[in-house]
Amino acid sequence: MDNALRELYQEVILDHSRHPRHYGALEGASHKAEGYNPLCGDRVTVYLKLGEDGRVADIRFEGKGCAISQASASMMTGMLKGRTQADAEKLMQGFLHLVKGEDAAGLSEDDRETLDVMGGISEFPMRVKCATLAWHTYKNALEEGAT
Amino acid sequence: MNALGKIPSMSSGGAGAGFDVEAARADFEILSRKVYGKPLVYLDSGASAQKPRMVLDIMQNFAVGEYANVHRGVHFLSAAATDRYEAARRTVQKFLNAAREDEIVFTKGGTEAINLVSYSYLAPQIQPGDEIVLTVMEHHSNIVPWHFLRERAGAVLRWVDVRDDGSLDIEALDAAINPRTKLVAVTHMSNVLGTVTPLKEIVACAHAKGVPALADGCQGAVHEVVDVQALDIDFYAITGHKLYGPTGIGALYAKRAHLKGMRPFNGGGEMIREVSRDRITYADPPARFEAGTPPIIESVGLAAALDYMMGLDRLAVAAHEHDLLTYARDQVRQFNWLRVIGDAPGKGAILSFEAEGMHAHDLATILDREGVAVRAGHHCAQPLMERFCTGSTTRASFALYNRRADVDALIAGLAKARGIFGNG
Repeated sequence: MDNALRELYQEVILDHSRHPRHYGALEGASHKAEGYNPLCGDRVTVYLKLGEDGRVADIRFEGKGCAISQASASMMTGMLKGRTQADAEKLMQGFLHLVKGEDAAGLSEDDRETLDVMGGISEFPMRVKCATLAWHTYKNALEEGAT
Repeated sequence: MNALGKIPSMSSGGAGAGFDVEAARADFEILSRKVYGKPLVYLDSGASAQKPRMVLDIMQNFAVGEYANVHRGVHFLSAAATDRYEAARRTVQKFLNAAREDEIVFTKGGTEAINLVSYSYLAPQIQPGDEIVLTVMEHHSNIVPWHFLRERAGAVLRWVDVRDDGSLDIEALDAAINPRTKLVAVTHMSNVLGTVTPLKEIVACAHAKGVPALADGCQGAVHEVVDVQALDIDFYAITGHKLYGPTGIGALYAKRAHLKGMRPFNGGGEMIREVSRDRITYADPPARFEAGTPPIIESVGLAAALDYMMGLDRLAVAAHEHDLLTYARDQVRQFNWLRVIGDAPGKGAILSFEAEGMHAHDLATILDREGVAVRAGHHCAQPLMERFCTGSTTRASFALYNRRADVDALIAGLAKARGIFGNG
C-alpha cells in the first residue's frame, strides 16, 4: 500500500474516529463553540470547563465528519484535559506546525510522541483543515464561547 | 481488464457504435498524465470537464492573431473579434436550437445566468407571498438566487420532493404550482443523483397555469440534446466549463418576449443606448445584459467546444456514457457496504454513493492516491443531502472520454479503501 496513505490512516487514527474519547455534551461547561467546515461538512462542537486555577478542568466534544476531523478532536480532548491555557496554546501551535509539515520544535517530547500519528497529514494539504478544525474550535470556545 | 478499447465499435462495450472513445481520448492530453505515479482516472467531469486540444488551440490562435475588444473600435481587429464573438452566439443558438440569436445572453457561467433571471426578470415583479417552485435536487446556484427573493421580497419557496429512487414526482410538481406561483425553476439533470427531469412535461404543467419555467442546464446540456423550442422553455442556463469549454463563460437562453421586458442586471459599457447626466436608455437584448467587456476569448472557446460536441454523434456519446453508468452500477453491487443514492430510470452518467463506516472525504483521499479523481462532499446541494439523510456523498461523474477501464480503477480503489477502513 501507498506509504503516505498508511501514515495517514494509522490504526490509532481509525480507532479514535470509530471510538471517539470524551464524546458528548459536557454538563456545566463554562465555554462552548461550534466549528464547521462548509467545504466538506465536518462539524465539531467543543465544550470545556475551566477550573478556578484557569486550567482546562474538563473538555468534551461532539461531531460528525471524516475520520481525520473526528480522530483529531478525540485526541485533542485527551491531550488538553488538565492543562493550563498557556500550555494548551503551546501544544496547539506545535500541532498546527506539525500537520503542515513545519518545524514543531515547541512540542515537548511526550506531546510529540502522542501526536506523531497525525504527522502523516502534512502529505495531504487538502486534509489539513480536517485535522485543525477541532483545535480552532477549542480556541474559539475559549475566546468567544463563554456560556 | 479492458481490452475492448482497441476496437472502436466495441469501445463502450458495444453500446456506442457511432463513437470511438479512444479517438476522443487522444483529443484530451491531460488524460494521459499520471498522478502519484498512477494513470489519471478523471471521474470529476460533473464538477468541470477537461478540454479538448482543439478548443485550447482555437482560443490561443484567436488571442495570438485576431484579438481586440468587441463592439467598440472601427479598426480591423475589433471588427474581426466582434465577428467571432457574435458567431459564438450563433453557435450557442444552434446548440440549443434557439429561434433567434438575440435570445442568447453571454454570462460568466450558469450561476450568473440564473441570477440574471432572478434580478432582472423576477425581482421587479415579485410580491410578498408570491411563490417559486423548486425541486429538492437543485444545485445551490438554482436555490440561492431564489432565497434572495425570499429574504428580500417575501417570496415563498415551494419545494417539490423526489422519490426514494431520485426521480421527480411530476404530480407533486404539478400540485405545487398555484395562482401565486411566479416561476418554476428546476434542474435538467441533477449533479448528485444524475436524475434527468421530464422538462417538456414540467414546462407544460407550468404553462398550463400561465407560469414560466426555467431549467438549470449546467449538467443537462452536457448529456442531453437540448432543443429549447421543442421544450418551449422560457429560460435555460448553461455553463461553458462543463461542456468541454473554458471557465468564465456561460449563457442564458431566454425567450425574446421575456428579454425585451427585463431590466438590466449589471450597468456599464456596451449595455446602453444613450447616457446623459440625467437620463439613460438601454441597448436592446442581448447587449442590455452584457455590461462591460465580455469574456471574448472564452466565447470563442465555448463555440469551439460546442462545435466539438456537435461534431460527434451525440446519441452515440449518450449511449456510451449510459453504458459506463450501467457497468459501474453493476460493479458496485458487489459492495454491500455501499449505498447508491439516485437510481432514477433514464438517469445520466453520475454515480453518487455513501460508504458505511467511511466518510466521503476519506474515501476520496484514498481513491485520489490511486489516481482516481472523484468529488466528495455535499456537491452544493444541501437540501438534497438532507432529503437522503446524509451529510456528504462520493460522486463519480462520467464524460465522453471515460471508458470501462476507468470504472475498473474506481472499483479497485473502493475495494482498497474498504481494506484500509476494515468493517468499521
